Amino acid sequence: MGDAIAVRDLVVDRGGRRVLDGISCAVPRGAVTGLLGPSGSGKTTFMRAVVGVQVVTSGTVTVLGQPAGSPALRRQVGYLTQAPSVYADLTVRENARYFAALHGRGRAEADQAISDVGLSRAAGQLVGTLSGGQHSRASLACALVGEPELVILDEPTVGQDPVLRADLWARFHAMAAAGTTLLVSSHVMDEAARCDRLLLIREGRLIADDSPAAVRAAAGVDDLDEAFLRLIRASAASSEDAQAAPGTGGMS
Amino acid sequence: MNPRILAATTGRILRQLRHDRRTIALLVVVPSALLTLVYFMYADQPTPPGQPSAFDRIALVMLGIFPFVIMFLVTSIAMLRERTSGTLERLLTTPLGKLDLLFGYGIAFGLAAAVQAAVAAGVAYWIFDLDTAGSSGLVIGIAVIDAVLGVALGLFCSAFARTEFQAVQFLPVVVVPQLLLCGLFVARDQMAGWLQALSDAFPLSYAIEALQEVGANAEPTGRMWRDVVVVLGAVMLALVLAAATLRRRSG
Repeated sequence: MGDAIAVRDLVVDRGGRRVLDGISCAVPRGAVTGLLGPSGSGKTTFMRAVVGVQVVTSGTVTVLGQPAGSPALRRQVGYLTQAPSVYADLTVRENARYFAALHGRGRAEADQAISDVGLSRAAGQLVGTLSGGQHSRASLACALVGEPELVILDEPTVGQDPVLRADLWARFHAMAAAGTTLLVSSHVMDEAARCDRLLLIREGRLIADDSPAAVRAAAGVDDLDEAFLRLIRASAASSEDAQAAPGTGGMS
Repeated sequence: MNPRILAATTGRILRQLRHDRRTIALLVVVPSALLTLVYFMYADQPTPPGQPSAFDRIALVMLGIFPFVIMFLVTSIAMLRERTSGTLERLLTTPLGKLDLLFGYGIAFGLAAAVQAAVAAGVAYWIFDLDTAGSSGLVIGIAVIDAVLGVALGLFCSAFARTEFQAVQFLPVVVVPQLLLCGLFVARDQMAGWLQALSDAFPLSYAIEALQEVGANAEPTGRMWRDVVVVLGAVMLALVLAAATLRRRSG
């Protein structure tokens, strides 16, 4: 059983700007991998490339053994976009049932997905009348309702209260334990500690690809926030030192 | 296409419509209100002997034009919303096929148009005594086909609009020329040659001619069936072109 996602030399240009600059990495199956990086570092573009909705300049993205965007993958991959993309003029339940139907699932799965994101009490409410946090959880329910093998979540916990955030992370780990692969982006470093593995990108380059413990050890500090800061400084210094000989961009 | 996904998509679009009570009220009431206006406009106009009254002539054509114009607008905005809200991109990452989505819109708004056309035709026939040689069922059927034509053109045109402001302005670009040249204002055979050629190229001309055939003949004519086939062909062409504008991958 290979990796869930294998990325080789991925380069993406958007609007004349290089957004991803030669990323190579692998995401293991049945684990929660965190995609960390500041706003504008290329996280969303990376996820779009994995889902197969992004035009890529060069490189390959292999998902569950097939090229990203292959028709067969549409049944196996669930994608949560950063901006909630559900129908504001439908209720939470109607949205979940529609996305369930697209994946060949029924009402029971729809209700389960709603309860998994803690929206059971708002199930009959129009999405347009929900709070921001509820709105994005409605969108999350629609990404999970098809019980996909691979779940790509772009900032799923933004705007959620701490208790709900802890519940959602517990849910993600339960899914991983059941064999689902999750790739979760965040720009909040305290969420990094909750991941099994971390990918840290900055300005379109991968600067760390390891477990949280190994990242801490490599940087020589316990605090992940501080560890990332050191890694970023180290990579900036090394790329200035060796412009002519760009490294792999990864630390090991 | 997948029947289960098509049915789910059609149901989803109808549910969205159902939550929007005001739009439903407008869809049902406005055509009848406008027919009332037309009725009283022409109430005192003399009718030349041996010709249909002005109201009969105009109301019949309007029964075909309402669903076309309204469904064109409703569809372009609905599809634009799918694009701008991110739901379209999300749908295209699911097992949904492009034609499931496009036919879903066609069927859902076609059903809405059937209700609209039935109410408007009921008002025209029962309250204002609309007189057609052919059956009212055919009039309603052709009106629904006109609506589906509006839906198909709306789906296609929405690809070229980035904002609602732009989408609304496709009405004067795409719809108004077809209205002007469809034979309602000047008979098609009395127009200059180049205008006739344009009129021949517009699908609405055939839709209106089909209604006029029903108005003038007790039995469906060959010309009416030909017109219906031409309109359905235009619907298919617009849907295929619309499918080509749906890109799963973008930059």
